[in-house]
Amino acid sequence: MKVKLVLEGGFEFVGNSFGHQIQKDECFGEVVFNTGMSGYQEILSDPSYCDQIIVMTYPLIGNYGVNRDDFESLTPSLKAFVVREECLAPSNWRNQKSLHDLLSHFKIPGISGVDTRAITRLIREKGVMKGVIVPFEHNSSEIHKKLNTELATDQISRVSITKPIHHPGDNQRIVLVDFGFKKNILKSLLRRGCDVIVVPYNTSFEDIDRLSPDGILLSNGPGDPKDIQEVVPVIQKLQEKYPMFCICMGHQVFALANGANTHKMKFGHRGVNHPVKDLKRDRVFITSQNHGHAVDMSSIDGTELEITQINLNDNSVEGLKHKKYPAFSVQYHPEANPGPDDTNWMFDEFLSMTCQGESHA
Amino acid sequence: MPKKTHLKKVLVIGSGPIVIGQAAEFDYSGTQAVRSLKEEGLEVILINSNPATIMTDQELADKVYIEPMTKEYLLKVLYLERPDGVIPTLGGQTGLNLAMELAHDGIFEREGIELLSCNLRTITEAEDRQLFRDLLERIGEPYCESQSVNDVNEALNFVKQIGYPVVIRPAYTLGGSGGGHAKNEEELIKYTKSGIQNSPINQVLIEKSIAGFKEIEYEVMRDSKDNAIVICNMENIDPVGVHTGDSIVVAPSQTLSDREYQLLRSASLKIVRALGIEGGCNVQLALDPDSFQYYVIEVNPRVSRSSALASKATGYPIAKIAAKIAIGMSLDEIINPVTKKTYACFEPTLDYVVTKIPRWPFDKFITANRSLGTQMKATGEVMAIGRNLEESLLKACRSLEIGCYHLALNKFKQETLKQLEEKIDKIDDERLFAIAEALRKGDTVERIHQQTKIDFFFLNKIKNIISVENDFAQNGLNSENLTQAKILGFTDRAISDFTSRTVEEIEKLRDSLNLYPVYKMVDTCAAEFESSTPYYYSTYEKEDEVLESSKKKIVVLGSGPIRIGQGIEFDYATVHAVMAIREMGMEAIVINSNPETVSTDFDMSDRLYFEPLYEEDVYHIIRKEKPEGVIVQFGGQTAINLAAPLSKRGVKILGTSLEDIDKCEDRKKFEELLKTLDIPQPVGKTATSTQEALEKTKELGFPVMVRPSYVIGGRAMEIVYNEEDLLFYMNNAVEASPTHPVLIDRYMIGKELEVDAICDGENILIPGIMEHIEKAGVHSGDSIAVYPPQTVSPQILDSLVEMTKKIAIALKTKGLINIQFILSENKPYVLEVNPRSSRTVPFLSKVTKVAMAKVATKIILGDKLRDTGLRPNEKLVSVKAPVFSFAKLVDVDIALGPEMKSTGEVMGRDKTFEKALYKSLLGAGIKIPQFGTILVTIADGDKDEAVELMKRYYQLGFKFLATSGTAKALQEAGLPVKTIKKIREGQPNLLDAVRTGQAQLVINTLSKGKDVESDGFKVRRAAVESGIQCLTSLDTTSALISSLETHSYGVQSLE
Repeated sequence: MKVKLVLEGGFEFVGNSFGHQIQKDECFGEVVFNTGMSGYQEILSDPSYCDQIIVMTYPLIGNYGVNRDDFESLTPSLKAFVVREECLAPSNWRNQKSLHDLLSHFKIPGISGVDTRAITRLIREKGVMKGVIVPFEHNSSEIHKKLNTELATDQISRVSITKPIHHPGDNQRIVLVDFGFKKNILKSLLRRGCDVIVVPYNTSFEDIDRLSPDGILLSNGPGDPKDIQEVVPVIQKLQEKYPMFCICMGHQVFALANGANTHKMKFGHRGVNHPVKDLKRDRVFITSQNHGHAVDMSSIDGTELEITQINLNDNSVEGLKHKKYPAFSVQYHPEANPGPDDTNWMFDEFLSMTCQGESHA
Repeated sequence: MPKKTHLKKVLVIGSGPIVIGQAAEFDYSGTQAVRSLKEEGLEVILINSNPATIMTDQELADKVYIEPMTKEYLLKVLYLERPDGVIPTLGGQTGLNLAMELAHDGIFEREGIELLSCNLRTITEAEDRQLFRDLLERIGEPYCESQSVNDVNEALNFVKQIGYPVVIRPAYTLGGSGGGHAKNEEELIKYTKSGIQNSPINQVLIEKSIAGFKEIEYEVMRDSKDNAIVICNMENIDPVGVHTGDSIVVAPSQTLSDREYQLLRSASLKIVRALGIEGGCNVQLALDPDSFQYYVIEVNPRVSRSSALASKATGYPIAKIAAKIAIGMSLDEIINPVTKKTYACFEPTLDYVVTKIPRWPFDKFITANRSLGTQMKATGEVMAIGRNLEESLLKACRSLEIGCYHLALNKFKQETLKQLEEKIDKIDDERLFAIAEALRKGDTVERIHQQTKIDFFFLNKIKNIISVENDFAQNGLNSENLTQAKILGFTDRAISDFTSRTVEEIEKLRDSLNLYPVYKMVDTCAAEFESSTPYYYSTYEKEDEVLESSKKKIVVLGSGPIRIGQGIEFDYATVHAVMAIREMGMEAIVINSNPETVSTDFDMSDRLYFEPLYEEDVYHIIRKEKPEGVIVQFGGQTAINLAAPLSKRGVKILGTSLEDIDKCEDRKKFEELLKTLDIPQPVGKTATSTQEALEKTKELGFPVMVRPSYVIGGRAMEIVYNEEDLLFYMNNAVEASPTHPVLIDRYMIGKELEVDAICDGENILIPGIMEHIEKAGVHSGDSIAVYPPQTVSPQILDSLVEMTKKIAIALKTKGLINIQFILSENKPYVLEVNPRSSRTVPFLSKVTKVAMAKVATKIILGDKLRDTGLRPNEKLVSVKAPVFSFAKLVDVDIALGPEMKSTGEVMGRDKTFEKALYKSLLGAGIKIPQFGTILVTIADGDKDEAVELMKRYYQLGFKFLATSGTAKALQEAGLPVKTIKKIREGQPNLLDAVRTGQAQLVINTLSKGKDVESDGFKVRRAAVESGIQCLTSLDTTSALISSLETHSYGVQSLE
């Protein structure tokens, strides 16, 4: 079936429907691009993409199929998947089903056969935009109307769990605050023997404190950090008492909690090749990224925060640490999946903070 | 600023002549490196023996030494120049080995010269298989069970433990010479022996075979701060087992999940860190297609062929960055030259698919064993870019210039499935085409996967191509399947084949649908950042990114893949043409398909289109760019062949007109031309059938030189002595037809002379004339050429100048012209006229300091010559010697003849001819014995001449071994000689003498008849395989003794 992706400003890209069939204009969201050449399964199951229409810049997607193990969440929450070419005959020893089957199962529409590079260039020039995928014949005034509606701001509440879940382990007890965590953050902790309790994003300080954690990890998540102002006071209290490590959305709310500001980026960072410079180590790490907001560099002055890492390409803030408390944050994904594991040592650094002065044998 | 501020002057070691396994890619990397170092304000000294390179251009480095790449000469340069540092990792294995020899001797330490970009430990650890294995063990990276052995018994014992099949890899060799895959004891013994012989340290590695694993490569960079990044990963379509230089490779990897990608990425970075490499490095890995099990195969601790490919595939200039790292800069302070906005410390991401297909020399070496394995055989490669794999693959196929314009070879059309199955089993250069044909005939991807272990993903892509063909067959041509076919990269001509509609009809339909390609940019970042790199490829999609320009534009056609007969010399000329166009203030647009070249470096030209040099692709670019015209003179026969079809489409060919080009290529017109100019040529005829050939030959009389019209490098050219040979030739070597006639010339014996001239239509400039050492009959590309001529009278030279002028002006030549003369009984005849740049242009440009291609380009664009006539001779004598790759091509006869066989060239330059010759032979890697035993077997006709030469060798103290006939002749002349048995006379015979090292030099002239089974062939091969120099021309033999005589002091008794 012929469908089209229409962007703000009326830019149209006609392609073929795959995955879930589109009815009318229900497939509406923010259009972003990801430059990773592999890792589509991890990307489309990353909760941080909630409500977004993802354009993959690599033209061949689905080559190695979909397997049981590489999901970053159980239920993908993206709006739609845009590819140049979907692979109809995937090949890999772990392959269980095709991209089409996966998207169909989760009722996610896909569009293929579009000039993804042209879309990417458009987003690069104009910034991320709203977009809608509709049947080819769909009425243009309705499309126009749809594109003028506001995007939702409640993504975190939808992707976060609603009740705590305990993953028992023998080492440090870590409370993982779920803004929409990627599975591999949890796995990175479990692999190190941690006792992990995942709690909903809006859990109170008292409820977390009652769990007697050794450390707190604020996870990644979708949307604008300012949509969840309610977590700010919780973080302020937590950092005073517990070692804290914050990733992506966690990093942004950590910054807000300490008086810094965030802003929406033109088109964000989404890919697995972003160079991040660690200022103290004078080293560059290649990182996996997925964010559309960033911490204002100029807002750090006068706070208790210190910039530890910056993006080598655009100098944006990639890492912070608290001057007084054992709390630090990164904008990118040290847990990788997809992407390089150059910064996996971050988890060890975090855990070594939690051990200070106390033995957990 | 470079971190190492004490560095003021550095020496870059080049890679020497082009041989199989080490081709033009090192000119590309060397050139980039030299420019990169100059950018940082350093004084750059370069040594390279290969004159046909851009890197040896005088304007590039501060000082260029075109000297033999030996320890002795490198030392001389070091002592003379006293550089602060030496960079040896940009000149391939040759440069690296040379530097390591000096490092071993402690020279760098002693002289206070810093070895940059590597150290002895790194290199030894990476290259010595045992040490490398120890390192892998230390860092916990898996490798295949293997053992280094120094003799056959050790090999047999080890394989008893691990079992067959096994791989034999010689230590420290280019392209794995002498190694192989052994399935049984016999093969194990064979490859172990040859491997040990080929290894400079007489060691081979025996390794458990992991056939069927995916072969994946990672191109990695690391700096002194320990920042390490992956530039590109690549997946070989052929599973492990075929040398990566002989594999069809795609980038990025296609069948690896992110987990697998990262697993191998992490392993690669870990290895590079453990080795402590500062610069570029290539890591090869094998991945089990059915688990996460992988093995590290090997690393190349330097810029390599793969890094040239990775540079072109991603746009990331590896050599340029590696050079900066070598002088202490770190990746996070080097600007990404592509985006000019971001830093070099990031991992490029692609939004297209790249395919590389090697170019093999089997079209020239028809007797060669075509099977592919651990020994690399390709001379060059093509790369193609598409937005899907099919498009990329089909573009690569037609870039090969092997007469195909689709994934189809005519010769397979009649084959049955069974025959194709057998063909597929062979793993040779045509397997890809056999697979396509089998699928076309109904074979299944499952069966082919069973047989080849090629991943289903790739087989299904080939199947997709066949499906479109089938759709044409079932539904005829319609706008839908036409669009689909164009998206998948079909040419109109291929579509025409499957639809029985003419190309014109298809073009018309396309035009009505406005179905034309758009051009997209290669920018290292998948459009995430704005780039201004004018590096483009075509695809059938929506948006075109090429920026409009109001400047005058000139298109220069490149020369495609490096092959025998059309090598790097043509890329040299192409690059010079581009420079000249830019100097004239116009925009230069390059079209080429060869990733190994300087011309495909995106910052050489104003616009680079990485596209097949195929009519349709080239025309589409011209249609879009609307240039003033196209220059075809510099891209060898590839570009010349495109002149007519382009001109027919209304494209303006700049320089010598098409009509005049045709006068040189069309036999009849050429004869007429020379007749009207009253210039003699050997009597010749044209035949369009076997019968006609027989008749014409009778008129001429044997021997005759036969060849097809329109040839590159004397392809299928032979000297025929009798009717039987002629019939064999006509029936096997060529397909004569009215459109493809066979040329028959009376074969003249004499001295060959070669002239390259520039003509502006009125005047000519001849920078120099070259005399060939070998007589006509040996292809000019294979003979040793001397500038200035040594034995030719001024009167003859004058007449050559006169004749050249007449011909050039008669042809209204605008630009370059190359004429080959033969001197028979002191009278010059014209053998051949090439209205284009020739193989000798770089050599002559270097020795005469006339930038010929540049001058010619300016003439083409309207300039007039300032200097005219023959330039006065330079003081120094320069000799160009051919370099061969026979050790890598089993079953190829090394005897020189009218078919070109060399892959590269070197230059020797000195005060006298003898000294220059000696240096050129040294540079060519010829082991020149100063004394010892010569095995001589001479054809009857050559005996008198040979005896005289042997007397001179005897004077220098050489001894002789000879078979009965030759022995008798030598004895009669009073020379002591030991007679040795011919092969058929039993053992020990001359073969044993060669193999057991009883002879240090073999002189063997070709007896008549081309019987591959003959003694001569076997002796010549045995010599090559034993690393003993074998001369097959008495002219070379004579030149060598002249040189030896001046080089060594003989003794004489008082008389």
